[in-house]
This record gives sequence, structure tokens and C-alpha cells, in this order.
Amino acid sequence: MRATVNGVPVELPGATPLLAFLAERKLDPAVVVIEYNGQILHRDRWPDTCISDGDTLEILSFVGGG
Amino acid sequence: MDRLVIGGRELKSRLFIGSGKFADERIIGDIVAQTGVEVVTVALRRVSLSGDGENILHCIPKECVLLPNTSGARTAEEAIRIARLARAAGCGNWVKIEVISDNKYLLPDNNETIKATRVLAEEGFVVLPYMHPDLYAAKELERAGAAAVMPLGAPIGTNRGLKTKEIVRILIEECSVPVIVDAGIGKPSEAAEAMEMGAAACLVNTAIATAGDPLVMARAFSQAVEAGRLAYLAQPGETTEYARASSPLTGFLGS
Repeated sequence: MRATVNGVPVELPGATPLLAFLAERKLDPAVVVIEYNGQILHRDRWPDTCISDGDTLEILSFVGGG
Repeated sequence: MDRLVIGGRELKSRLFIGSGKFADERIIGDIVAQTGVEVVTVALRRVSLSGDGENILHCIPKECVLLPNTSGARTAEEAIRIARLARAAGCGNWVKIEVISDNKYLLPDNNETIKATRVLAEEGFVVLPYMHPDLYAAKELERAGAAAVMPLGAPIGTNRGLKTKEIVRILIEECSVPVIVDAGIGKPSEAAEAMEMGAAACLVNTAIATAGDPLVMARAFSQAVEAGRLAYLAQPGETTEYARASSPLTGFLGS
């Protein structure tokens, strides 16, 4: 299956738990914010969320800025 | 007591800093420790999926107010989306609205900024809009619920100083919310000048981050902002065309 993460097509073997995806990519859940199919995905829903075919995610974090 | 209160928070330091462009962001902690800066801006960006991304929040002391900006937004809708994401990230409810579609001078779009401010203030954000200095826009931003207005001194990152001085002076006179000069200030003397006019604060990024010694430059800015504020409070004496002696001219030598 294929999802789009941060504008990039990502191939996954099947429906993938969001937290597993973050862990595999070495992304610290504590410092990111996620938009899932165009909606902000609140932190308490992350453990129950699976990335499925066709999903679009934005995974963002704070960087230096003025 | 000279107090600056924004969004219910009393701020002792009138120097706000940005966190972009530092060669080593870890210096931000030293700047905060040595200058007492309390407000630090940050931006929101896509993470690197290879997991090697930075995390600026580790470099900003916990006691600071984080001021996420909406840089990258070209419309009010995009700014609103970024602001909501920033708040969802759990870093408080302050936001600097920045709506820019001009790529050459990075001048802010006041109309879109007003729209975004109205929506976000209604949602409980403490909204600090970056704006092109214009009295009508500033008054509209006030009505839209802005906690302050942030007119530019010169285009972002140019270090050219207070090119908009006359209009910023009018905004300071006419606005009922704090006026914070944001963008363009390149030297401490320019920050002092803004503060002498009655600006509530200055937001400085490039001038500090790209200085040969950012820590010393931050200290210089901090002292300049403080000196400028004191001068404003002290009410400078009037200027005159011709000399007026400071010492008595009579009562000695030949008089």
C-alpha cells in the first residue's frame, strides 16, 4: 500500500500503526505534530491510528525561525 | 512601574528574539540566561523522514514564551492552519501571524493578516501580527483582536534599520495595543531609536544570529532596548534651532 507523508510517496507493507511508523523513522513523538488526511490528529488518538492505503500525513516539528 | 503585559503575561524584557539562522542554536540558552529575554519565535516545518532533524525546543529554556510564526503561509487560511498545528504541538497559544506571498521583499499581506487574526483571536490565540506599517490596517488588527501589532522596520533579514520610522511613530501614537517593531533592525542603536519613540518592544533575529559574536550582540540589543525605553519614559527635552547655553554666560570673565 502507498501513503503520502510530507508530500513524499511512502510504500508500506500494510496498514501500519502510526507510532510504529514514527519509531521506525526514529521520529520522537514528543516533539512532532501530525496532520492526518487534512485534520490535526490529537495526541491521544495516536496509539489507535493506523496509516492505511491512500492516507496523507503531514508530520511537523519546530525549527529555528524569526 | 513600567509593565508590558501581553496575553495576560507580564514581560520584564522588551527584547524578543527569533531563533532562526544561528550557526549553533545552543547559544539561545546563553542569550536567555544573560539578557533575560522571555519571548522566542520558532517556525514549524516538515520533519525529515530519515529522523535526523533538529529540535529547536531543546535549545529554548522552558521559562520562555514560545512564539510560533506562520512563516510559509501565503493566505489567511494557510496561516490559520499553521497556527492551529503549532498550538496542537502543545507549546501554548501565542502565535505570530506572518502571511507573505511576495518573494523578493517578503513584505506581509495586511489584508490576509487581518483575516487570520480575526479567526485566531476568536479561537483564543494571543495573536501578534507581523504587518506592513499602515494605520488603517493596524486599527483593523486591533478590532480583529490582535494582542499587539508588529510593524516592520525594513524587509526581513536586511539589517537596514528603521526605514519606516515616521509611520511606526504614528502607529505608536494611535494604537491602543502595544507596537512591537519586528524585522529589519540591524543595530542596537536602531532598536534604541524605536524604543525612544515609544515602541513597546523590538523583535530581533538576523542582527543577533548573524553577528560575529551573537551572545555579545544580544547583550548589546538588550541594553539598547532598555536604554531606549528609559529614555522614552524620561521624556526627552525639546530640540531647538539655535544654541542655548548650558552654563551661565554672565557673572565671570569680563561681565
